[in-house]
Amino acid sequence: MKNSIVIRVCMGPAGIAAGGRAVLDEFRKTLTDKKIPAEISNRCTHHQVGCMGLCARDVLVDVIIKGHKTSYEFVKPDMVRKIVDQHIIGGEPVKQWLADGHMHKFLEKQVKVVLSDCGVIDPEDIEAYISRGGYSSCEKIFGNFSPEELIHEIKLSGLRGRGGAGFPTGLKWELARKSEGNTKYIICNADEGDPGAFMDRAVIEGNPHSVIEGMITGAYATGAQKGYVYIRAEYPLAVERIKQAITQAREKNYLGKNIFGSSFNFDIEIKLGAGAFVCGEETALIASIEGQRGMPRAKPPFPVHKGLWGKPTVINNAETLANIPHIIRNGAAWFSGLGTEDSKGTKVFALTGKIKNSGLIEVPMGITLREIIHDIGGGLEPGKHLKAVQTGGPSGGCIPAEMLDIKVDYESLAKAGCIVGSGGMIVLDNDDCMVNIAKYFLNFTQSESCGKCVPCRIGTKRMLEMLERITNGLGQPGDIEKLEQLSADIKSGSLCGLGQTAPNPVLSTIKYFRDEYEAHIFDKKCPAGVCNSLLTFTIIEDRCKGCQACAKACPSKAITGEKKKPHAIDQSLCIKCGACFEVCKFRSVEKA
Amino acid sequence: MESILRDIVQRYIKESGSVVSILQDTQDRFGYIPHEAISYFSNELNIPESRFFGVATFYSQFYLKPRGKNIITACCGTACHVRGVDKTVSAVKRALELRPDEDTTDDNQFTLEKVACLGFCSIAPVVLVNGEVFGKAAAEKIVRKINSIRKSEDEE
Repeated sequence: MKNSIVIRVCMGPAGIAAGGRAVLDEFRKTLTDKKIPAEISNRCTHHQVGCMGLCARDVLVDVIIKGHKTSYEFVKPDMVRKIVDQHIIGGEPVKQWLADGHMHKFLEKQVKVVLSDCGVIDPEDIEAYISRGGYSSCEKIFGNFSPEELIHEIKLSGLRGRGGAGFPTGLKWELARKSEGNTKYIICNADEGDPGAFMDRAVIEGNPHSVIEGMITGAYATGAQKGYVYIRAEYPLAVERIKQAITQAREKNYLGKNIFGSSFNFDIEIKLGAGAFVCGEETALIASIEGQRGMPRAKPPFPVHKGLWGKPTVINNAETLANIPHIIRNGAAWFSGLGTEDSKGTKVFALTGKIKNSGLIEVPMGITLREIIHDIGGGLEPGKHLKAVQTGGPSGGCIPAEMLDIKVDYESLAKAGCIVGSGGMIVLDNDDCMVNIAKYFLNFTQSESCGKCVPCRIGTKRMLEMLERITNGLGQPGDIEKLEQLSADIKSGSLCGLGQTAPNPVLSTIKYFRDEYEAHIFDKKCPAGVCNSLLTFTIIEDRCKGCQACAKACPSKAITGEKKKPHAIDQSLCIKCGACFEVCKFRSVEKA
Repeated sequence: MESILRDIVQRYIKESGSVVSILQDTQDRFGYIPHEAISYFSNELNIPESRFFGVATFYSQFYLKPRGKNIITACCGTACHVRGVDKTVSAVKRALELRPDEDTTDDNQFTLEKVACLGFCSIAPVVLVNGEVFGKAAAEKIVRKINSIRKSEDEE
């Protein structure tokens, strides 16, 4: 075997932020060093990979010797020399830096389909993808499948859209296929606007060719000759990688005229989003590609009948498309063997918030939330208690800790008033105020509402004002009922998914955490200690060193005291901004 | 300026859906969208100015006013929110002496902007300083960076 030693350095978003590039450079430098036996450095390849998943412990490095993989965590450039000397040359892993214990638990219950090559191959090298079976599904369909047979296969697999709504992909393709007209389009929706979600980013950064392969398949099935990737400009690395991948695919004639030796023509263009959450909605996305304000319109007509420039258009989410090559390669039966009765396959989640192993995970549909949090996520930090898990971002809701045995699939989450959504999963602990979380999401949807429908534009504003009042200690009896009423009105009176789901974070927190709302309104208390207006700030004399940092930070001059002597807060002047609490290095400011 | 604008128009003259792309290119070149640019495009392409303004004000990425020389981007996504990015933002505001409704310093050296999500959720809270990523961005880290930028600029 020529290259029997492989070194992989994680260069996903977190890997780069933790210094992945410097680590890779250090490996390159060390391995070309004269002191390394030529025989070893010739056998050794090292390359970057996309997200390896366990972002919380980046930079992650895999060293693979004769097929045996060892993972290192928190790698810094100055550790590289020792790894090379002791492990690669000496054959003895550097025990104290190993990640294997965490990695094993983190990976044990995951099933990687979409992410199977992510963190393994060099995303900037098309040959790396091809060597893992990439583009073989395209080779298979051109010549062997008619578009109808292909659609039948996808329908059999049971694949549903991973962008949020969960519409069956095969059916969508069929509708576009049957739609009349010679010009059709396929769009990859990578406008991942949910705050707290980064699945599409990771897939495109870690394995951009899988998305392109899925798009080619979809184009063949529906008859589209032109494709667009609509991607957020906030993801510069993902944009760069998909651009590069498209160029490489063109060079191979996987894109362009008569692709894969057939008479079929297909090419892809990139369109950058300009920062509007509502553009994740299909008709708004189309308006944005057409160069207009991204405002949704009424459906029907659906995009599969009348979409971009009035032509039939299929819009699939990036993760959905990345599933397609695997379904073609392994067969529909294999795919439908994963997951539950109505939710087939796997789902990628961005597991973040107050959890130990935050990162990118892929699990079979139907896994319990408990397994995700405690087994894969490694639980919470010591001393913290799980309060709730928020899924589906601003369109979703919270699942309280008591319901931890809930199955994670489309139907079960919907029953609990939540959604799978695009895959954000944020863990909240006892330090998080649920009213504050609801306010956070409302603030987001209110500012992202396009303004077309009055209930959404003004209704979300009024709801936000009410939540602000409540968290400022000015809540009144009847506010909760008003929020519920207004929520119902906004849901029924809005055109698109943004408005129809905007009240969900409020409704689900009221449903499960009504007592917290009541504590804010009636007792003027924030049980989690988050809402400053409801807290009293005091200085603990024993701990105060008299450094005067708080007095300087206080905008209302409410803090007085001599240097090196305990300070005090004049409650009548305090505006409860929390500045003193933030600046105190001795934890002598207490809020309660 | 006109030659740059002419280049941009040439690039998109054949495409009908190009208002967003034209504005993106303009902002790339100037850091914001000058009014003169919109007047120029409107004349050349025979598209009313209102359409350009309509699009420019709809998307959060576009700026109609010049921004500071250094851009500090605070991610205010959910993960960053629960990990306390607000504290970092208020510390940065204090360090830059920004009033509550301001985002750019009086000397045009710094702009503080908030974005919904940068996709770095696993290392929340995240702050970018001129594109450089700061994960687990405690306030002191960012303030230190700001001070070092200020210092190196004073020396120049």
